Amino acid sequence: MSEAEELQKLADKEYEFGFVTDVESDSLPPGLDEDTIREIVRRKGEPDWLLEYRLKAFRHWQTMEDPAWAKVNKNVVNYQDLIYYSAPKPKKQLESLDEVDPELLETFEKLGISLEEQKRLSNVAVDAVFDSVSVATTFSDKLAELGIIFCSFSEAVKEHPELIRKYLGSVVPYTDNFYSALNSAVFSDGSFCYIPKGVACPMELSTYFRINAAGTGQFERTLIVADEGSTVSYLEGCTAPMRDENQLHAAVVELVALEEATIKYSTVQNWYPGDADGVGGIYNFVTKRGLCKGDRSKISWTQVETGSAITWKYPSCILQGDDSIGEFYSVALTNNFQQADTGTKMVHLGKRTKSTIISKGISAGKGQNTYRGLVDIKKGAEDARNFSQCDSMLLGDRCGAHTFPYVEVRNPSAKVEHEATTSKIGEDQIFYCNQRGISTEDAVSMIVNGFCKEVFSELPMEFAVEAQKLLAVSLEGSVG
Amino acid sequence: MSAHENEEKMILDVNNLHASVEGSPILKGLNLSVKPGEVHAIMGPNGSGKSTFANVLAGREDYTVDSGSVSYSGLDLLDLDPEERACEGIFLAFQYPVSIPGISNAYFLRSALNAVRRYREESEVDAVDFLQLVREKMKLVGMDEKLLQRSVNDGFSGGEKKRNEILQMAVLDPKLAILDETDSGLDIDALRIVAEGVNALRGGDRAFIVVTHYQRLLDYIVPDHVHVLSEGQIVRSGDKTLAHELEREGYSWLESGHAREKTQEAS
Ligand SMILES: Nc1ncnc2c1ncn2[C@@H]1O[C@H](COP(=O)(O)OP(=O)(O)O)[C@@H](O)[C@H]1O
Ligand SMILES: [Mg+2]
Repeated sequence: MSEAEELQKLADKEYEFGFVTDVESDSLPPGLDEDTIREIVRRKGEPDWLLEYRLKAFRHWQTMEDPAWAKVNKNVVNYQDLIYYSAPKPKKQLESLDEVDPELLETFEKLGISLEEQKRLSNVAVDAVFDSVSVATTFSDKLAELGIIFCSFSEAVKEHPELIRKYLGSVVPYTDNFYSALNSAVFSDGSFCYIPKGVACPMELSTYFRINAAGTGQFERTLIVADEGSTVSYLEGCTAPMRDENQLHAAVVELVALEEATIKYSTVQNWYPGDADGVGGIYNFVTKRGLCKGDRSKISWTQVETGSAITWKYPSCILQGDDSIGEFYSVALTNNFQQADTGTKMVHLGKRTKSTIISKGISAGKGQNTYRGLVDIKKGAEDARNFSQCDSMLLGDRCGAHTFPYVEVRNPSAKVEHEATTSKIGEDQIFYCNQRGISTEDAVSMIVNGFCKEVFSELPMEFAVEAQKLLAVSLEGSVG
Repeated sequence: MSAHENEEKMILDVNNLHASVEGSPILKGLNLSVKPGEVHAIMGPNGSGKSTFANVLAGREDYTVDSGSVSYSGLDLLDLDPEERACEGIFLAFQYPVSIPGISNAYFLRSALNAVRRYREESEVDAVDFLQLVREKMKLVGMDEKLLQRSVNDGFSGGEKKRNEILQMAVLDPKLAILDETDSGLDIDALRIVAEGVNALRGGDRAFIVVTHYQRLLDYIVPDHVHVLSEGQIVRSGDKTLAHELEREGYSWLESGHAREKTQEAS
């Protein structure tokens, strides 16, 4: 069998997480107007200030248009056809994990996130979000001893309204863009995390997002506040069932790092990408932004994006504090008909602020992969530094890679460096591996893993291993 | 000796092999028989098809076999995928080894070793046992241990790349090793070290095909047989003295038209 055939043959490997959980859901009918928002607020028992916030966002959203600037082809999303709230029944307040619906626990078990295990063994605290609501948060009590707050967004609204009111929308205002406005109007749950002064969070914090119900949009909200001198490492993972409609995921993530605080935010995104013919898959339109508010603070984004039919996301850093540091490490893989338009914005405001951008795009099948980045050095950013490296790898000749690195410098002392490469996976590399006994499939995954090494080495150990496996699965059958 | 008995003894039997690249014929009726334990040198001018022959044996896809047969250890070699050939014990030390950025030499070599071991239904070696094995083999080729943690051939000097090929050979323990211009780009000291590495791996049933343009490698790796390849055919065969003769005369005699006659004499 020729190499091309060999690679093609592997193409039909199915999406591993495409199953549907059979739980009864308590859902709103499709459609969106002010009454929908009032109903979400009523069901969640939210305070008036949040209703006001949502309504303002909704009214603003109605004045906006679905953006068309990214380099992607997409189906028109009909926002009146979507369901904006879906919660697995029963919807009572859970006191402990033992009260969680066993079907749900089993779902997370199948996804490799054993919430039961989490209770005892691992050093990762998980908040599991199923459709619109958080179903379980592990280790909350243990974290609470250190003053760390880690809970669902809904709970935070009830228990810590002062923090939520202070920081909600402070980094990503609802006016920011079409999807952030929509999210601010209808977000149903998500995670909240607060690390008090001087505390180094002793374990990884993690949110696991799962879309289950048909026709639902997922609009979660994550807010992480790291107080002075604290550090936290946070991981986000996501999957969805296989459906032949496009489901919308429009999240907002806000990070705030105060003086000398460090936030490391890692994402392994594996939403259902659609089938080999490009039918179905998640539209992943996400706004992620971190504010390095205090001096010497640091925010580091690491993302491994292998899923979704379309990914639009630009995890960004606003480097406000002097000597603050922003980092963006990204691997984006597109196979079959997947499209990714991703990158980052580094906005330098403070003096001696520093940013690093490492982006690795891998395109296979008919996948289209775009890096879009902005390095924006403002006038007051004396002696700012940026280093950007954007590498693209093509597997086969039906895919594409595109790079749009924008740079704006308003302070002459800035030093900005940009490097970019595009390479095709070499047949000579594959043959070299074959000649040493390594199969073509293993060779491709090895070569691609090598290409992504600088990014994987930024991930927490166990997630790096996950990411490598995920990449291998996503790549199967990719070179034609 | 009957023809059948003769075949039994061969590790490699190449029969009237014709092969082409992108439609142009390169190998035009090549015959070669190699017995276990033998070292065969294949010499010949640039462009005569030496690398093509090596690549055809290893199963590279860009090379099309048009006719002829190759039997290897009783198998129809041309029927096997490149990785199966490797697992069956064919090793090609490349003229131009490629680099694989981001993958450490150690990881690569252990993956290769375990692929071969799985094929042979042997248990995989763990990182600790592997390190022990590879350290021992590195001594053979005088290689710096630092190279284990570097990416495969990435930024290696010419000499380091060639030593790395021999190291891989030593670890993978092939039955038939093909060295393609292993001497090119090496200074005399590096050449000697590489040759010593190869010599240490000689013995037993392991056979070698040493492809070289120059005679000098053969001062260190002394062959049992020497063949001259010209325009896709072996035009002359002899013992090690043939290499010296070629050193004196060069390849210009090939154009004199006596080439074919000389082959007859030699065999
Ligand atoms: N990949 C290739 N594409 C086209 N022509 C090739 C390729 N490889 C080898 N050739 C041609 O085949 C002939 C033999 O080349 P090669 O086997 O490399 O010779 P040698 O190793 O003896 O110098 C040369 O004419 C060369 O140009
Ligand atoms: Mg050659």
